[in-house]
Amino acid sequence: MESIKDKVAIVGMGCTKFGERFDVGGFDLIIESASEALEDAGIELKDIQAAWLGSSGFSTGQPLSHALKLNYIPVARVENACGTGLEAIRGAAYALMAKAYDIVLALGVEKLKDRGRGGGGAEGETGKGPQPSYGIQATAPGRYALAATKHFATYGTERKHLAMISVKSHHNGARNPRAMFRREITVEQALNAPMIAWPLGLFDCCGVADGSAAAIMCRTEDVKKFGFRDDFITVKALANSCGQGTGKNREDYDFLHWEETYRASQQIYQQAGIKDPRKEIDIVECHDCFSIAELMCYEDMGFCQKGTAKDDIEAGSFTQEGYERGGVAFNIGGGLKSFGHPIGASGCRETYEIYKEIQGKAQEPSRQLKNVELGMAHSQGGHPGNFVCNMALYGIPGK
Amino acid sequence: MFGILSYGAYVPMFRLSRDQIAKAWGGGSGAGEKAVANFDEDSLTMGVEAAVDCLQGIDHKSIDALYFVSLTHPYQEKQAASIIAEVLDLKPDTFTLDIDNSPRGATSAFRLAADAIASGSAKKVLVIASDCRVTAPHSGDEMLFGDGAAAFLLGDARPAVTIDNAYHVFNSFMDTWRLPNEPFNRTWEDRFIFGEGYSKIAPQAVAAALKQFKATIKDFAKVVLYAPDQRRHTELARALGVDAKTQLQEAFFNNIGHTGSAFVPMMLVATLQEAKAGDKILTFNYGDGCDVHALTVTAGIEKLRNRRGIKKYLASKLPVSYYQQYLIFRDLVIEEPGGRATRTSSLPVLWRERKNLVSLIGQKCRVCGTVNFPLQRLCIECQTEGEFDDYPIWDKKGKIFTFSMDERTVQPVAPSVACIMDLEGGGRFYGNITDRDPATIDVGQEVEFTFRNIHDGGGLHNYFWKMRTVRG
Repeated sequence: MESIKDKVAIVGMGCTKFGERFDVGGFDLIIESASEALEDAGIELKDIQAAWLGSSGFSTGQPLSHALKLNYIPVARVENACGTGLEAIRGAAYALMAKAYDIVLALGVEKLKDRGRGGGGAEGETGKGPQPSYGIQATAPGRYALAATKHFATYGTERKHLAMISVKSHHNGARNPRAMFRREITVEQALNAPMIAWPLGLFDCCGVADGSAAAIMCRTEDVKKFGFRDDFITVKALANSCGQGTGKNREDYDFLHWEETYRASQQIYQQAGIKDPRKEIDIVECHDCFSIAELMCYEDMGFCQKGTAKDDIEAGSFTQEGYERGGVAFNIGGGLKSFGHPIGASGCRETYEIYKEIQGKAQEPSRQLKNVELGMAHSQGGHPGNFVCNMALYGIPGK
Repeated sequence: MFGILSYGAYVPMFRLSRDQIAKAWGGGSGAGEKAVANFDEDSLTMGVEAAVDCLQGIDHKSIDALYFVSLTHPYQEKQAASIIAEVLDLKPDTFTLDIDNSPRGATSAFRLAADAIASGSAKKVLVIASDCRVTAPHSGDEMLFGDGAAAFLLGDARPAVTIDNAYHVFNSFMDTWRLPNEPFNRTWEDRFIFGEGYSKIAPQAVAAALKQFKATIKDFAKVVLYAPDQRRHTELARALGVDAKTQLQEAFFNNIGHTGSAFVPMMLVATLQEAKAGDKILTFNYGDGCDVHALTVTAGIEKLRNRRGIKKYLASKLPVSYYQQYLIFRDLVIEEPGGRATRTSSLPVLWRERKNLVSLIGQKCRVCGTVNFPLQRLCIECQTEGEFDDYPIWDKKGKIFTFSMDERTVQPVAPSVACIMDLEGGGRFYGNITDRDPATIDVGQEVEFTFRNIHDGGGLHNYFWKMRTVRG
């Protein structure tokens, strides 16, 4: 098996303002992120030889071609639930490795705010999807909350620990002009907010947003040949772990970890030769659709021992200040917490944050970390016991 | 001897105090409370509950016929008994029949069962009576009616209660009726309905029956009397010379309400729960005529003492917090449009997965012994394909592994409690907890299954199982 490490480069990226984009349609979002990416890469649309569209709501590759008026080039639409954005990047990266194309576009987009209702998706009902729902009537927060309840009962984690995660992410997002929510919150505000699915309150949940992010990619060996800038980043590893969905049916699933996240992070560490992620990785843009999701990532990605996340949360290990003390910054961009979660866009948006931090170009100087060399992106779709997880590790070439 | 082999009953968890109804409409106060079905219950689901209570320790495959009696069948056209037979996983050649239109349907079904058994077409007949009658807000019926169910297994092999005599008479008198496209019952002026109807017809029928049975009212240890309300119940007992203190079976107007076709059956279950061998019981049922039965309790009654029946289900209850919640339970509130996702159903899925969804039967892997639910093609543990034995889930209790309380539910009442339940004997179930007090749910609590309508969509009732904290 050939390693992808450093063989594929991201040479240009774009990201829309995320939020309630009642001002634009889905095509506009595509054009907005693609245009920034093309400008950043210094190329034109006609230079793109193939594209990957990551979207949950747009079926087929056509919306991308329609919006950008692509010249009959191949477009694959990929969908892997909340992992969709990283799935688009994964598809594009491997096509480059296969030398099928030289310059490609991976773009994630979602338009969720045009349907007239707040909140997430509907509950399971019979006849939706390939399998019946077997009667579970719970929304996404209701399903994630099952793990929070169990973590509380087992490890003594409390709602305030979850609140501190959200306070950290809003602190970061408040300083990100592309974010949906740009106000700081306090632990008290988080604890006193309306309940969404006990024990998860309003500030434990990410918002529903529109948005798009895009990456222009080529083989690292071709960067100079095509005249791209030298502050490109490279793909160090790509992972996908697709669970069997039996966690909710097997008694040995403990609701205290995300198996798929654990497995995907192991794939990443193996491919990139990471021995101690806490020491080696600088930043993580993780899938914090709910605060409990980020907490589990600390533990399952190996940044702390199982059950001890609360100690690191109290110590501020994963905040900007924690990074400066030699720790790891989680969701320095603001996370899904601040950006909302336009399903297909989130993984590309996480990649954008890492790209900018490595380049030293965070949109707000106070959020720019020093010496960022390795950043990990993480997206997972589904619900506890039943996830598909996509991850990517990016960094400075050769390091 | 023909008679009752087993009995069971069901009283829904929720009680609405009549004070709350009175206050909602600006009145003074009302006496007692009534049992009301939760939003996810109907006559069919309550009937299943009563049958499950009745059939404890009894092989479901030994049942030859099922009669489901109700004034409120969940479908106007579509037999409920066939659905219940599927739920109970009865044998394929079970004779199923719905009986409706008269509140005395259950005791009339006793007659059908007796005839079937006498003819040899059946050995064991399950009769279920259940009602969930929707009443007009601010009506007398709203105060009076309650919800509930009862079930009897009838046969002639050593019955716990013998049915010694039966008397049946029809009467075309109109006291209450409901038109095909109307949601609520109609009636006529009390003076006429009771003066010319019940108060005349009932004593005459009982007298004629006693004459035929060659018995007097004093021969009976307990007397179960149908009545349209508490006042007429007392009046009929007095007219018949039934001793209110010792002989008369309480009618539960004060704590359950009038449960339609389940009314006399539920009273009979309550009587049997207290009865001892040798007791003689007289039952009088009414509606479009009368059914009168004389019964004798045998020593076999002692084997049925573990039934929850009226006694245990009555003691297990939760208050309806406010009157409007009851209106939501009965779907009597017009909702803001577009507030919730449209509910859908897929008939092919409901049909294809009926063993899983309706009968709640899982699988046990023959290779590794792992319990699989929902149904799998490959074992969730050892990935072996197709090596499974059926494994009933519905009768297992379990413990709450973890839970959450979803305020963003599309269910009528929030929060929706999602729960992971680990089953005794292995297996895991992912579903919802119903009939719950959110404040008292905790990890490790014991829960059991209850059959519910999980949602209506596309004109179909989607029946499935939920969990509840153990009742009784």
